[in-house]
Amino acid sequence: MPKEIYAKAESFYVDFERKTGPDKISTHYCPGCGHGNLHKMIAETLDEFGVRDKTIFVWPVGCSVFGYYYFHTGNVQVAHGRAPAVATGIKRAHPDSIVLVYQGDGDLAGIGGNEILQAANRGENITVFFVNNAIYGMTGGQMAPTTLPGMKTTTTPLGRTRENEGLPIRVVELLSALEAPTYLERVSLTDAKQMNRARRAVRKAIQAQVEGKGFTLVEALAPCPTGWKIAPTDSRDWIHEQMEPLFPLGAKKDVLEHVESIPGEPRPFVADGMGEKLDILASSVTQARKGTLKEEDYANPRIKVAGFGGQGILLLGVAFSECGMQAGYEVSWLPSYGPEMRGGTANCHVRISDPKIGSPMVEESDVLIAMNRPSLEKFEPDVRPGGLLLLDSSLIDIEPQRDDVTILKIPATKIADDIGTTKCANMVMMGAYIERTGILDLESVIEALPSYIKRKKTIPMNQQAIAKGAEYVREHF
Amino acid sequence: MAKQLLKGNDAVVKGAILAGCRAYYGYPITPASEIAEAAALYFPRVGGTFLQAESEIGAINMVYGASSAGIRSMTASSSPGISLKMEGVSYLVGAELPCVIVDIVRGGPGLGNIAPEQGDYFQIVKGGGHGNYRVPVLAPNSVQEMCDLTMLGFEIADRYRTPVFIMADGFTGQMMEPCEFPEPREDVPDKPWAVGPDASRIDNLVSSIYLDPDDLEGHVEKLRKKAEEIETNETRFEEYRLDDAEHVVIGYGIVSRILKSAVDMAREQGIKVGLLRPISLFPFPKAPIRKLAERVRDFLVVELSTGQMVEDVRLTLEGARPVRFYGRTGGNVPKDSELFEQIRKLQEEKIHA
Ligand SMILES: Cc1ncc(C[n+]2csc(CCOP(=O)(O)OP(=O)(O)O)c2C)c(N)n1
Ligand code: SF4
Repeated sequence: MPKEIYAKAESFYVDFERKTGPDKISTHYCPGCGHGNLHKMIAETLDEFGVRDKTIFVWPVGCSVFGYYYFHTGNVQVAHGRAPAVATGIKRAHPDSIVLVYQGDGDLAGIGGNEILQAANRGENITVFFVNNAIYGMTGGQMAPTTLPGMKTTTTPLGRTRENEGLPIRVVELLSALEAPTYLERVSLTDAKQMNRARRAVRKAIQAQVEGKGFTLVEALAPCPTGWKIAPTDSRDWIHEQMEPLFPLGAKKDVLEHVESIPGEPRPFVADGMGEKLDILASSVTQARKGTLKEEDYANPRIKVAGFGGQGILLLGVAFSECGMQAGYEVSWLPSYGPEMRGGTANCHVRISDPKIGSPMVEESDVLIAMNRPSLEKFEPDVRPGGLLLLDSSLIDIEPQRDDVTILKIPATKIADDIGTTKCANMVMMGAYIERTGILDLESVIEALPSYIKRKKTIPMNQQAIAKGAEYVREHF
Repeated sequence: MAKQLLKGNDAVVKGAILAGCRAYYGYPITPASEIAEAAALYFPRVGGTFLQAESEIGAINMVYGASSAGIRSMTASSSPGISLKMEGVSYLVGAELPCVIVDIVRGGPGLGNIAPEQGDYFQIVKGGGHGNYRVPVLAPNSVQEMCDLTMLGFEIADRYRTPVFIMADGFTGQMMEPCEFPEPREDVPDKPWAVGPDASRIDNLVSSIYLDPDDLEGHVEKLRKKAEEIETNETRFEEYRLDDAEHVVIGYGIVSRILKSAVDMAREQGIKVGLLRPISLFPFPKAPIRKLAERVRDFLVVELSTGQMVEDVRLTLEGARPVRFYGRTGGNVPKDSELFEQIRKLQEEKIHA
């Protein structure tokens, strides 16, 4: 294609310096190819709206992969089919830019089917130019999702069949089923009349983005004489006769007049108020303190907490860790996670330690807090000889097997029920354990409760539960 | 800022935002979903973007877009999702786009399970996408490091214009530990190469195409040199009780934590053993391993895999010292006693020798 045609638009480079080879004047497209025509319409529209400087093109893989040879705008070349996703990332970083996506039919309707569908459905503020030439041009004439029934390509040597390849995809019709797109039109790059219509559609689609009116797409039926193996002069007729009956021209959706205009604003980088925004400000709640260990053996406990989902097992572990951290210990908390937690048993490993913690996993435990029978049966064997076993005697109706560990039977659920909610049985156990060992200062743990239990309404009951658990140990052991 | 008890996955998000990251694109997958969930909460609060993409392919390409536009951006996933992102990673490297990608590795191959594993080492450290490339990979072993290494990841990414991987496992993502947060970055480096919304950027092109073989060879050579520079400047590792060691255990991520406990147990029994923990998996800490080889008897490599990093240890040692391997898979994580047993075997072999 001669340079004179391009020289008119400022949005084109004067010389195509990025192009490989000595010829920096003509495009790389074949004679009679539709891409050049569409490029020209886009460039002229960018000139007209004066938005070249803020335009960013996203180029596909296909014959138009080298679109950046020609457009004097920002240019991003991307993986096959992914242009709408890349454009999403660009437009959201620079809402004040004009992001143009250019894709062929293999790129958009084949490999990139999901990317275009989802970007359209999100109503991304981008403009997509979709070149439908019913074939894979760049790779040498293989079948495209838009290849016509019966059409011979290098991968449908006997012609495309409904049975084997299915029928062509009509992209604008498909997308018009979605709520979000505001303008979807099919045009054809053929005679002067259709070219004018195409020009108007290109203009309308770009204007929509300038005005911030959502997702627009123009599908252009475009000649690929090389892929079709026909003379450029015959390709117009071919489109009229073969393609247009299957791909009817015109707007399939146009609600631009009815949508609000929200032009994109720049997004400045803000870094203030991070402490508050990220919830990492120092807490104003009273902090838990260390207590006086009642036995040296209680130092650096490796704790397992186990029960069924809904008993607040993980929360009890977090409460230990949070208080331990506040008191100045090293702590770690490791949950059983995923499906393991659903319905069945939940357990977590907690370490509270003066020295730095190696493995956060608790294999042999110094302390087991068992809140139901399966947990007792499962984890009792792992308690270290001489360790502590706290169990909820309201729910566990069997005797522990071990006689070499200290067993504290706490009717935690009953105590909790008496307070008014079964849910705080976990905090009864917390009180019991702290009272027994002295690892933390009981009063401070009670006061610090709002730092580890966030539901305000339950705070008084949970505080009472800790106190009651401690009281039970004081009175019974 | 205060010390906070939180999950490793949450620490990643807070660290990323403090590092100036303002775009998160991801797709849910256990055990990495908390990263997306925390990102969904915090990114909008700081004027950033959070978007649940249609797939990991969508997500990595949105990151490609955000990075092309010059902002700090990230994605996170777990093994099957990382497999899908690999096309994008290759393009990011080719186009020299910085970003951070977090992999909370789970059991594979295929759907595998959601328990911790380290079977993605080859995929991440050795490539995974097509073409000649290397990307920095950082392997945190604590919640604090989930924050710190994510932040460092963004610095390395921008310094070298490369994607950076954070490779962690289900345990490190799910566990809670105290984390101290550093002050936030007040600004992020300007990227004069990025595409942007004004005339100063209209000559910029983000691309990975080099049609001419000599051009592509030049580009690949540039990437190779970059990797070499990264090897020189960004190798990170931790040493533990190695001073008088006769045996060295090597492990990264959660394994290194268990190995620490096992080393302590062995030391109590008088076994002279220490731990070398690679923090950067690429670049691999070759120099310290070679140096240790001059004075220790043997090496034991432990991984949650059938033996992937061990190949790098063997390549590094070039047969200079015996290398034993112990691996667990399927989401089974060795107990400290189990690893102690492996260390004891080294000691026994020494006595028999
Ligand atoms: C992942 C991947 N698969 C396949 C290819 C090879 N490929 C390059 S272009 C193309 C088809 C392009 O056809 P279309 O999108 O219709 O554009 P046209 O060349 O016709 O303009 C294919 C299959 C690729 N580059 N990447
Ligand atoms: S192969 Fe077809 S689409 Fe590609 S440049 Fe030639 S005519 Fe155009």
